Amino acid sequence: MTNAILTGLMLGGMYALIAMGLTLQYGVARIMNLSYGEFLIAAAFASHWLFTGWAISPFAGLALVVPLAFVLNFAIYKLLLTPLVRRAPNRDALEVDSILATFGLTFVIQGSMLALFGGAYYSYSFLAFPVQFVGETVAANRLAALGITILLGSALYLALTRTRAGTAIRAVAVDPFAAQLVAINVPQASALTFALGGALVAAAGVLVSTFLTFSASSGVVFTMKALIVVVMGGVGNMLGCLVAGLALGLSEALVASYVDPGLTLAVNFALFLAVLLVKPAGLFGRATR
Amino acid sequence: MTTFLTRRTALLAAATCAATLGLAAIAQAQTSIKIGYAISRTGPNTGGAAVTTIPNYELWVKEVNAAGGIKLGDKRVPIEVVQYDDRSNAEEAVRALERLINQDKVDFILPPWGTGLNLAVGPTLNREGYPHLAATAVTDRAPELAKRWPNSFWLLGTSADAAKTLVELLSKLRDEKKIGDTVAMVSIADGFGIDLSSAARPAITNAKFKLAYDKSYPIGTQDLAPIINEVKALNPDVFIAFSYPPDTLALTEQARIAGLNPKVFYTGVGTAFPLYRQKFGKNTEGVMGIGGWSGDSPAIKDYLARHKASAANGAEPDRWASAVTYASLQMLQQAIERVGKVDRAAVIKDLQTGTFDTVIGKVKLENNLPTRYWWVGQWQDGEFYGIAPAANEGARSAIVPKPAWVAP
Repeated sequence: MTNAILTGLMLGGMYALIAMGLTLQYGVARIMNLSYGEFLIAAAFASHWLFTGWAISPFAGLALVVPLAFVLNFAIYKLLLTPLVRRAPNRDALEVDSILATFGLTFVIQGSMLALFGGAYYSYSFLAFPVQFVGETVAANRLAALGITILLGSALYLALTRTRAGTAIRAVAVDPFAAQLVAINVPQASALTFALGGALVAAAGVLVSTFLTFSASSGVVFTMKALIVVVMGGVGNMLGCLVAGLALGLSEALVASYVDPGLTLAVNFALFLAVLLVKPAGLFGRATR
Repeated sequence: MTTFLTRRTALLAAATCAATLGLAAIAQAQTSIKIGYAISRTGPNTGGAAVTTIPNYELWVKEVNAAGGIKLGDKRVPIEVVQYDDRSNAEEAVRALERLINQDKVDFILPPWGTGLNLAVGPTLNREGYPHLAATAVTDRAPELAKRWPNSFWLLGTSADAAKTLVELLSKLRDEKKIGDTVAMVSIADGFGIDLSSAARPAITNAKFKLAYDKSYPIGTQDLAPIINEVKALNPDVFIAFSYPPDTLALTEQARIAGLNPKVFYTGVGTAFPLYRQKFGKNTEGVMGIGGWSGDSPAIKDYLARHKASAANGAEPDRWASAVTYASLQMLQQAIERVGKVDRAAVIKDLQTGTFDTVIGKVKLENNLPTRYWWVGQWQDGEFYGIAPAANEGARSAIVPKPAWVAP
C-alpha cells in the first residue's frame, strides 16, 4: 500500500509539475498554449545535450535552461502574442487566436528539434539507482523530481499569495479589466506570467527527461496531460493544479496496483469527467467568469 | 541525387516539366531509376522510422549511386529519390503514394515504416502493380495478405510465430532444468502488444507453464512501477513484456531499481535498439528481446560498419528490422538487375521465385514469405545475438539465468 501511494504521489507530482506552467499561461495570460508540450520536450533535449555532451548534471542544467526559457517565452509573448492580445476584442477571441497561433508554433519547434536531433528516441541515465524511502524502494530520479516539484510549487504558491506581484497576477487572472482600475500593468503582468509559465515547463522538461524516454514528436502527450490537470483543477489555480495532479497520479497508481494496469486511462478520464460534472469550472475554479 | 520535394514544389516541378518537355521525354531511354517513398518524419512513428528505415534507405541509395547506379542491361543508371513525409498517418501515406505514382511517375516505391502503414498502403501498391517489400510489419495476416496481394512480401513474419518461438525456447530451458514454470506477462494495449499477447497466452498455457501475471497497460503510461512491483512479489522465473520502445526502457529501468531479476527477462520493441545498450551498458547482459541477428556473421559486421559510417552521428542500426530492411533493398536491386529493365511485373515475379544474396544471408521466399526469422535475441557481451529459432545459422545459446543487475 505504501508503495502504491508513494508511486502515485511521485506520478501525481510529475503531472502537477507539467501542468503548473500551463495554468499560469492559460489562466493568467489567457494564452491557450498548444505548443506547451513542445517547450517541455525542447527543455528535455537541452538537458540531454548538456548531460551527454558537457557532463552537466540536469540539476545544474536547470540553472541554465530555466532562465533561458524565461527570456525566450518573454520574447515570444512580446513579439508573437502581443499583437493578438491587442487585436482581440474579448477573452474568447484571444483564446481562439492563441490556439491557432500556438498550434503553428508547435510545428516550428517540433521541426527545429527534428532537424537538430532527428526523430529517434532519446534517454539517458541520471540518478537511476534505488533509494529507500519510508521503507520502500523507489527510483532516486523520480524522488528527486518530486522534491523539486514540491519546492517549486510551494515557492510559487507563496509568491502568488504573499507578494504584491503575486497578488497582481491573481488579480489579472480574476479580471484583467478591473485589474487595470487598481493600477496593475496588465500587459506587463501577462507577459511576465507567460514567461514564468515557460520557465516552469522548462523545469518540468529537465526533470522529466531524467526518467522518461522522449522523442521530438512526443510533446503532444504532455500538452494533453497538462490540459486535463489544468481544467480539472480550475484554470489559473495553483492549488487546484497540485490537487488535480496528485488525484490523477494516485488514482492511476492505486488502480494499476490493485485492479488492473489496463484501466488507468479509464479511471483518469472517469475522475476528470466526474469532477467536471460536479464542478464544471474545475475543483478550485470560480463558476462564473 | 536526393531531392526533397514539398507539395508545392512538386506541383510546380510537375507543371514546368509538362509545359517544357511535353510528352517527348517519355520516349527517351532510361537515364535514371526514380525511387519514391513516403516515410514518417513527423508524428508518433518517427521514432521507429528514424532508427530502422530512413538510415537504411539513405545508406542503400548512397552506396548504389557511388557504385554507378543500378545495372540495367549493360549500363548503370543512378537512383533518383522522391520522398514525402506521411506524418505517421495512414491516409496521408496513401495520398503520398498516389502522388508518387501519378505525378512523380516513380519507377519503384519503398514502403513506409510499421505494421499499420504497410497494411494501409497495401491495396494501392497492389492496384498499381508496384512491388511491396514490407520489412517492418509484423502481422498474423501475412500469409493471407501475401496470397491476396501477390506483389507484397512480408519479411518480418507473424506474431503467432514470434510467440510460438519464444515459448519453444522457454520449454527447452525448462526441460534443461534451467528455469521453473512461473511466467509473468505484460503487454501494451496496442496493435503489437495485443497481437503478441493473444498469441502467447494459449502457447504458454498449452506448454504447461503457470501464467501468474497477465495484464496490459495503455499506450503512453508514464510510470510502470506498480506493474514491476506486483510482478516482483510473485517472483516468477520468466518475465515477458510485449512493449514499445519507451516502455521497454522504462520497464527495464524499473526492474533494475526494484531488483526484479528473473531467470529470463524479455522485453519487446526497443530491446534491439542501440539506445538500449547506450542507456543500460553492462546491465544489458542476458536481457532477451524480440528480434536479433547473426552478430558473428562477416556480412552483418560489415553492414554494421557501413551503417555507422553513413548514418548521422554514427548511429548504429537496430538488431532486428534494420538488417531485414537493408536486405529487402538488396533484393529489390538484384531483382531489377536480373530483369534488366523497369518492368515491375517481371521484378515482382523475380522476387517471388529468385534467390537473393543479402546481409542476412541467402534469401529465397516461399509464398512471398521468408523461411526463417530471428524471433528471440539476447544481449551478450554488448551485442544482441539471435538465439531462437535455434536452427537458424549463427544462433547462439541462451545465457540463463540472467546475471544480476549491477549498479550503473
